[in-house]
Amino acid sequence: METKKAELPRNWELEKLADGRMVLNMGPSHPAMHGIVRVLLTVQGERVMDADVEIGYLHRGFEKTCESVTYNQCIPYTDRLNYVSPFINNVGFSLAVEKLMGIEAPPRCQYIRVIMSELSRLTDHLTCIGANAMEMSAFTVYFYLINAREELYRLGDSVAGGRITPAYTRVGGLTRDLPPDFKQATAEVFRMVRKNISDADKLLTRNRIFYDRLHNTGHISKEDAISLSFTGPALRSTGVPLDVRKATPYLVYDRFDFDIPVGSNGDNYDRYLVRMEEMNQSMRIVEQALAQLPDGPINHPDFNVILPPKGEVYGNIEALMAHFKLTFEGVKPPKGEVYQAVEGGNGELGFYIVSDGTGNPWRVRVRPPCFSLTGGLSQMIKGGYIADIIATFGQINMIGGELER
Amino acid sequence: MSSYLIETLKTRFPAAVLETHDFRGDETVLIKKEALPAAAAFLKDELGFDFLMDLTVADYLPREPRFELVCHFYSSKHNYRLRLKCPVAGTDARIASLTPFWAGANWFEREAYDMFGINFEGHPDLRRILMYDGFEGHPLRKDYPLKKRQPRIPHRD
Repeated sequence: METKKAELPRNWELEKLADGRMVLNMGPSHPAMHGIVRVLLTVQGERVMDADVEIGYLHRGFEKTCESVTYNQCIPYTDRLNYVSPFINNVGFSLAVEKLMGIEAPPRCQYIRVIMSELSRLTDHLTCIGANAMEMSAFTVYFYLINAREELYRLGDSVAGGRITPAYTRVGGLTRDLPPDFKQATAEVFRMVRKNISDADKLLTRNRIFYDRLHNTGHISKEDAISLSFTGPALRSTGVPLDVRKATPYLVYDRFDFDIPVGSNGDNYDRYLVRMEEMNQSMRIVEQALAQLPDGPINHPDFNVILPPKGEVYGNIEALMAHFKLTFEGVKPPKGEVYQAVEGGNGELGFYIVSDGTGNPWRVRVRPPCFSLTGGLSQMIKGGYIADIIATFGQINMIGGELER
Repeated sequence: MSSYLIETLKTRFPAAVLETHDFRGDETVLIKKEALPAAAAFLKDELGFDFLMDLTVADYLPREPRFELVCHFYSSKHNYRLRLKCPVAGTDARIASLTPFWAGANWFEREAYDMFGINFEGHPDLRRILMYDGFEGHPLRKDYPLKKRQPRIPHRD
């Protein structure tokens, strides 16, 4: 038995260094850290002196796989990037391909994409705050927020036919239009979401324990955040009002009145507050979009881009040919390269696509927002307590699928 | 503003700029890899590109130089984007690291090294990030087969 013990990997054990410091292994599967990530800590007592974040446990080769399928076949894969806000990934990828092709989806489609993106942002933030609160042992809040998220998932389900893997967009359009009672259903869901957010707000925002755990922990300065390519709530918590929806508006975001909340301190508590306010702003956007929602087609009229309706396919040869061409070869953007950024739940989600003129992308690159955030994690937890790692890790909202693709 | 940026880079680095285009409005400058650190410093310090939004590589096998380093810069001051590319030869897959200018380049370059086998000179900690030690090859290279199997690796210490 003794020989077996000696064979155990060195860094899996608590290792004592000469000067009283200790190497402590946190993860890859740690009960208080959602997501699979390993943090190798060098601690002195309870203080984190050094940290090495090791990722790669959920790498599935998204970018490689995309190179051998058609553009529309990539869309279900994008669901699995940030699986908490799948619609934003769908929209971002479709927008990138449309930019590559030089086409634009019809107005109604653009409005629906905005609505679904904002619902996704809500589910993303609800999950982040709920899980964060749960890890700070506020378990009730988790249920309140996950309840609200569940209602939003059901709403998304009624639209796209899938709770977390909707694969809702297509290049040039959508799979289906909104259901007829969508406006009313949204109003009802929002009533509940608002109530749950308000309950969570009352339980958390001025809660002494929660405040103490989050305030001044995981601090990052504005300069460091910019240098580390931070985006999203983590960047805005430092006071930089950068939001892709405002800076370089895509879809119809320039038609809505909404605010970009910013923090001042760059700590976990500011990130929490930014997320809480962003949820209200998202609901504001959805309500404005529903009020302005135009009638009309949801798909691009060109049958070289979008599948013709079944009636046409069975009725005339042109549509039948388009159907076969699109199914087998897919849309064929011209040679070129584009980068399209959208505002994901965690920050700038970018798609860099290179086309060689065939039906398969030559290169698909995703710029995942939480990749940079996780890259900056070691800097954010250095100097703090081990317990603060839980709060900081929760607030950077690492999503494995998006981080490692 | 459109051509201003490209013209500025052209006049500043006349010998290094190989090609420019603005396909679909994305302004792109292809420069020689030797000029990358100077161009990065110029972009950051004088043109106000404070964000390195993305850094990645594309493999154009069988063309030589087969790799292209692709950097996306963003200036929050001017709300402007620029794509900077550098050709990297497959036989000499080395390029200067951007970590002295942007701390965020650290992980982006580790991923590019892991996936494409590009060596970033001056990177403080260049090792695999998504793949494990003992992984053979670089999966996003075009000559890496989609369904390639990996050898079993011995239990590690």
